[in-house]
Amino acid sequence: MARATRTAPPFYGLMAEFGSAQALLDAATKVAEAGYTRTDAYSPFPIHGLAEALGFKERSVAPLVLAGGIAGALAGYGLCYWTSVIAWPMNIGGRPFHSWVSFIPPTFEVTILFAAFSAVFGMFALNGLPQPYHPVFNVERFSRASQDAFFLAIEAEDPMFDAAATRRFLLSLQAKEVVQVEH
Amino acid sequence: MSDTPPYSPGDYRAPVAVVQPGYGFRTMTDKLVSIVLTPTTPTSWFVVLAIAFTLLIGLVVSLCYLLLKGIGIWGNNVPVGWAFDIINFVWWIGIGHAGTLISAILLLFKQDWRTSINRFAEAMTIFAVICAALFPVIHAGRPWLVIYWLFPYPNTMALWPNFRSPLIWDVFAVSTYFTVSLLFWTVGLIPDLATFRDKTKHPVLRKFFGVLAMGWRGSARHWARYEKAYLLLAGLSTPLVLSVHTVVSFDFAVSVLPGWHATIFPPYFVAGAIYAGFAMVLTLAIPIRAMFKVPDFITLRHIENMAKITLVTGLIVVYGYLCEAFFGWYSANEYERFMLKNRVYYGPYAWSYWLLLVCNFIVPQVLWSKRLRRNIPVVFIVCMFVNVGMWLERFVIIVTSLHRDFVPSSWDMYYPTVWDFMTLAGTIGLFLTLMFLFVRLLPLIAIFEMKLLLPESQVTQPGGRGSH
Repeated sequence: MARATRTAPPFYGLMAEFGSAQALLDAATKVAEAGYTRTDAYSPFPIHGLAEALGFKERSVAPLVLAGGIAGALAGYGLCYWTSVIAWPMNIGGRPFHSWVSFIPPTFEVTILFAAFSAVFGMFALNGLPQPYHPVFNVERFSRASQDAFFLAIEAEDPMFDAAATRRFLLSLQAKEVVQVEH
Repeated sequence: MSDTPPYSPGDYRAPVAVVQPGYGFRTMTDKLVSIVLTPTTPTSWFVVLAIAFTLLIGLVVSLCYLLLKGIGIWGNNVPVGWAFDIINFVWWIGIGHAGTLISAILLLFKQDWRTSINRFAEAMTIFAVICAALFPVIHAGRPWLVIYWLFPYPNTMALWPNFRSPLIWDVFAVSTYFTVSLLFWTVGLIPDLATFRDKTKHPVLRKFFGVLAMGWRGSARHWARYEKAYLLLAGLSTPLVLSVHTVVSFDFAVSVLPGWHATIFPPYFVAGAIYAGFAMVLTLAIPIRAMFKVPDFITLRHIENMAKITLVTGLIVVYGYLCEAFFGWYSANEYERFMLKNRVYYGPYAWSYWLLLVCNFIVPQVLWSKRLRRNIPVVFIVCMFVNVGMWLERFVIIVTSLHRDFVPSSWDMYYPTVWDFMTLAGTIGLFLTLMFLFVRLLPLIAIFEMKLLLPESQVTQPGGRGSH
C-alpha cells in the first residue's frame, strides 16, 4: 500500500457516511484496528467511546481546569492579602489586617472563575476553534453531520492511505457512501 | 421510562415520557430548528414582547430620572436605608438559581428530564442576573463615582475595596456567577448553532450562525473534550450556585440587626432562591410551551417534576421561617423578640408577613395532589403566587427589620414611590424582552442533547460494554 510520492496529496482524504451511531462506532473501531491513524469521525451528538475507538487518549482538559483553579485561588487570596495587608492596610472594626476568614469567599469565587475560564477556553484551544475553514465542509452531504448523519474521514496524509484500497476498505465496513474530500 | 401497567389509557397517574415517542434524529432536528428558522412568528409572541418592551421603556425613563435627580426619588430613607433596590436585587438573583440547578446539578445527577428545559432556564439565569446586577449599580446614584469600592482596580486614590465586608463578597459572587453562567450557556449553544448554520438557506443567516458556531464540525475528538469541559463546568457551577445566595444572605446575616442576624440565613436563602427560580422557570415554560407548540418536548413530566421541586423547596423555606421565629424567641433578647412580634402581629407591616405565608406556604400546598400538579393552569397560578411571595419575603426581611430598630425615636415608616415601582416593573420588562428575543432567535431547546434521549443514540461498545 505504499505510495510512490508522499508529498502534498491532491485532496484531503476520503469520507464515508454511515447509517447510525452504532455503525459509525463499529467502523471507527475497525479503521483503528486496520492501523489508520489520521482519522476523524463526525456526529450530530457525542457518541460515547467514539474518540477512544479512534485512538484518542488525550487527558488535557481536567489538568488544565485544575491548574486554572489553583491559579485562581492564589490570585484571589493574593489580591485580598496584598490590598488589605501590603498596599493600604486599614484598621476596620479592629479586625486584623490579615483577616483570612473574610478572604475565603472572594478566593472561592476567583477559584471557580479561573477554573471555568480554563475549562472553556482550554477546550476551544485544544479543539482548534474558532476555525473558519475546514476541508470536510466541502462535502455536500456534510451539512447533515450536525443533524442526523454520521461520517468517518481518513486523511490522505495517513501513511496507510491508498485511494483505491482505502475506498474499498471503507465500503466493506457497510458505509452508505464514500466520497473524496477536496482541499 | 415507559412502565405501562398498571395504568389504563387516559389514567392521569400514568407516567409521561420525557420526549413523546415517534421522533427520529431528522424529525426532531426539523421540529426544533423550525421554531427559529421560520418567517412566521406567533401573534402571542408579539403581544408579550410589546408589553415587555413598554415596561422596558419605563425602566429607561426611571433610570434617566434617577441619574438626573439622585436616589431621593425613591422612598427609602433613614431608618429604611435599603428597600426596593436590595429587595429586587435578591429577588432577581434568586430567580436565576433554578437555571444553574437545572443545567448543572441535575446534569450531575443524570436527570434526563432536564434536557429540554436547561437551555432556556440557563438563559433565564443570565437575564435574571442582568436585572439583579442593575440594582447594586444604580442604588449608588452615580455609579461611576463609586466603582472603586465595588471592583478592585488601580485607581488614582490608590484605594482598594474592603475585603472584610460581605458587600464586596457579593460583587465577586455575582460577577463570577454571571460569567460562569454565560460560559456554560454559550458552550451549550455551539453545536446547536452549527445545526442552524447547516440548516438555514438564507446566506446572511448562514454567515451569522457560522460565525457564532466557530467552525464546529462535530468531530469525535472535539466532542470528547467538549463533554469533559461541560461536565467540569457543571461540577464548578454546583458549588458556585450554592455559594452565590449564601453570600447574598451574608449581606444580612453578618450584620447585627435583629431579623437579619441569624445563622439559618444561608441555607434558607439558597432554598428560597431555588424555590423562586423553579416557579419562574414554570412561569416561562408554560406559555413558551404553548406558544411554540413544543409539548412533545416539554411534557407533563417536566411540569410535574418542577412542581415537585417547587413544593419541596417551598417547605424548606417555611422551615426557615419557623427557625427565624424560634431563634427570635429562644435568644431571650429583648430586641429580637420585639422584632418578631412587630413583624408577625403588631407592626404596621404585619399584613405583608401574612400575605407572604399565604403565597409561599398555603397556596403551594395544592401541589401535593398529583392531579393538580398536572393541571397546567393550576400550576401556573401557584407559580404566580410564589413569584409574588418570594418578593414579599425579601420585603418582610428588609423593611420590617429596619423600620423599627434599637432606638424608638428613629422609627419611621417606609413607603415606596412610583419610581420604585417603575424600576421594578421595568426590570420585569427587561427580563421578558431579553427572554422572548432569545426564544425567537436562538435554540430554546438543546437540540443535540435532545437527540441523546432517543434510543438510537445509545451505542454498545466494541468490548460489549453499554454506553453508560
